[in-house]
Amino acid sequence: MKHLLGVEELSREQMDRILARAESFAEVGRRDIKKVPTLRGRTIVNLFYEASTRTLSSFELAAKRLSADVVSVKSGGSSVDKGESLKDTVATLSAYDPAAIVIRSPHAGAAGLVARWTEASVINAGDGKHEHPTQALLDVFTLRQRLDSLEGTSIWIVGDVLHSRVARSCLLAFQKMGAKVTLAGPPTLIPRAVEALGCEVSYDLDDLGEADVVYALRMQRERMSESFVPSLREYATRYQIDSRRLGPRQLLMHPGPVNRGVELADEVIDSPQSLITAQVESGLVVRMAILYELLAGSDRARPERGPAPADTPTIGQPA
Amino acid sequence: MSVTANGSDGGGEAPKLVGRAGPAANLIIRGARLLDPRGGLDAPRDLVVRDGEIAEIAEPGGAPEIEGAEVVEGEGLLALPGFVDPHVHLRVPGQEHKEDLETGTRSAAAGGYCAVIAMANTSPPIDSAAVLGSVRDRAEREASIPIGFVANVTRGMAGQELSEMAELSEAGAIGFSDDGLPIADARVLRRALQYQRLAGGVIALHEEDPDLSSGGVMNEGAVSAALGMAGVPEVSESTMIARDCSLALYEGARVHVQHLSARKSVEEIAHAKALDVQVSCEASPHHLTLTDEAVRSLDARFKMNPPLRTEDDRQALIDGLRDGTVDCVATDHAPHAAEEKEVPFEEAAWGVTGLETAFAALHTELVLPGVLPLEVLVERLTCGGEPFGIEAPRLEVGAVANVAVIDPELTWTVGEDGYESRSYNNCFGGRELTGRVLMTVAAGRVAFRQRSFALGVAS
Repeated sequence: MKHLLGVEELSREQMDRILARAESFAEVGRRDIKKVPTLRGRTIVNLFYEASTRTLSSFELAAKRLSADVVSVKSGGSSVDKGESLKDTVATLSAYDPAAIVIRSPHAGAAGLVARWTEASVINAGDGKHEHPTQALLDVFTLRQRLDSLEGTSIWIVGDVLHSRVARSCLLAFQKMGAKVTLAGPPTLIPRAVEALGCEVSYDLDDLGEADVVYALRMQRERMSESFVPSLREYATRYQIDSRRLGPRQLLMHPGPVNRGVELADEVIDSPQSLITAQVESGLVVRMAILYELLAGSDRARPERGPAPADTPTIGQPA
Repeated sequence: MSVTANGSDGGGEAPKLVGRAGPAANLIIRGARLLDPRGGLDAPRDLVVRDGEIAEIAEPGGAPEIEGAEVVEGEGLLALPGFVDPHVHLRVPGQEHKEDLETGTRSAAAGGYCAVIAMANTSPPIDSAAVLGSVRDRAEREASIPIGFVANVTRGMAGQELSEMAELSEAGAIGFSDDGLPIADARVLRRALQYQRLAGGVIALHEEDPDLSSGGVMNEGAVSAALGMAGVPEVSESTMIARDCSLALYEGARVHVQHLSARKSVEEIAHAKALDVQVSCEASPHHLTLTDEAVRSLDARFKMNPPLRTEDDRQALIDGLRDGTVDCVATDHAPHAAEEKEVPFEEAAWGVTGLETAFAALHTELVLPGVLPLEVLVERLTCGGEPFGIEAPRLEVGAVANVAVIDPELTWTVGEDGYESRSYNNCFGGRELTGRVLMTVAAGRVAFRQRSFALGVAS
């Protein structure tokens, strides 16, 4: 496996291997010294064209725990803002001979393009509203810690499916793990013909009780000005997950950040059924596992360069 | 009006087609299969072109030797009337980094075209007699096949005020179009249709309701749902066709609907034609051979407006082309520089080139599998000028020579030898197609000859 561009391209076997690897990194995370030397001397570039707190920090920390050198390039203040094309930016960053480029872009297919333009392994950290495969993998990992298997479970993904890359990747990942997926939300925010992906569609939450897992999506305020929903109030009335709608045996997930009082009521966020914090923890170990799977097994070690000295300064690495 | 280099209407107006002068062709094409559906001609013949005119059509071996004439051994080849494309973007003035009149007409000639009609969404747009005059002057120097230029319906293509259509018509505009953009305001279109009684000239319409299509980058359907990209629904096209056909009927005006993409649109045209609306329409080789499944690759070469739609839509376009609901094939040749296409799909420029592959793509995908008879394809490729008053070229004695010589069995890989166009955003690039244009005679002159296609010269 050279790149991770989408769940679409992943086989069940590849997913199982990444999840098993993540288990072993979870054990590392319980040690006092949480760092392993696996990727010592290798460089990982995070190229982020969208603001991101949790995905970026999670990737940075994952790389550091594997002893890689990390450069994070964000759209603010870099050539990314100076009109340089993605292709040229990738060529520039590739000159550092990175082992991997982690890319977040507002445009579908950006990660696939980068993979064509660089020798490095490419990890899609979100491309437009298309895919967010590392999120989907960490969500599967989180669920498997609770449920052992997703085979035959019912998972409802609730909210703004139309604008959600998380929904698309999770749908594919949950299905590949054997779950039955229902997409629920306002008709204006469910893509036309999405049933072709093999899921159920519901415009109300009347049958939410059948779900083993309720996965709420973030509802963005600008959707109201675009006439997708009349008001957040009406949205919350119909689609908010609260203690009335969430049964005691149902698990609750959310990709974050949460709009409290919109898609989720306060009381369910901190309830014992909520896996939201566990998802963040999983993010770290799953991203370590992905980096390991793409890089540690590869033959791109460059013995002629020798190991990098431990005190090599790295660009952009926070002190 | 026939396809000639600087053919005049006979009246005081400027000729509608302009191209570079050059030596008149003298050649003999021996034993090629001559196919001219309009004349009921489909047989091996010798075709003699003398001083740029078709001088003789003889039984094979029956053509006389003519001193100095080039001899084409045509056995196994097709000789067709030259094609006419009612919809190309030659990017002059203002975007010569994508295409210019020389590369654009060379690209057209390489596809068997003997005339093209250039759209006016240039920079600046062709909305005044001054700009129109300047591009026509350039065409007289640079165009290897005749070009007809449409002018904008509205000033600056802004869709608000009419351009000086009467003056533009006198200055040589072959018709009017704001192609690239719809005329969203029904009131403005209605005024233009009324004004046609004075100015003449068909109004060619890019049909798209911007309120419905806004933000979309591909067909709305199962594929856009899977890719998470915003869709352009088919109704953004078909509702505008319905509106504009009603307006044309009400005003007794003539309209030409550009680049149909959807079944619903074909149905609207059929309905309008049944009501005797003066409407014609076109479909592109890419809409006739590809679907939105191609967009799964996220390759920006498959991004064009209107977008590739579903297999059901494609079948409706093919049926329409067969039964004549769709009058002609138009490439909507839309060259773009590499840096405008080597970006994420959503960011990429709209449009694909198509002049060099139109015949080969349709021949490979529709004729060879038996979906569309060759003579129907030839008819639809040659009659593209008719909505604009340009007669379809004919293979008959006395006609100006407009001939495409094609090897129908030659299989080639698109793009492996580069393109004649300045741009290479061709959606068939890398694919093997069968049928290749070897030589094109346009307006009585040899406009293109495949490099590997050696010609004998009679002693």
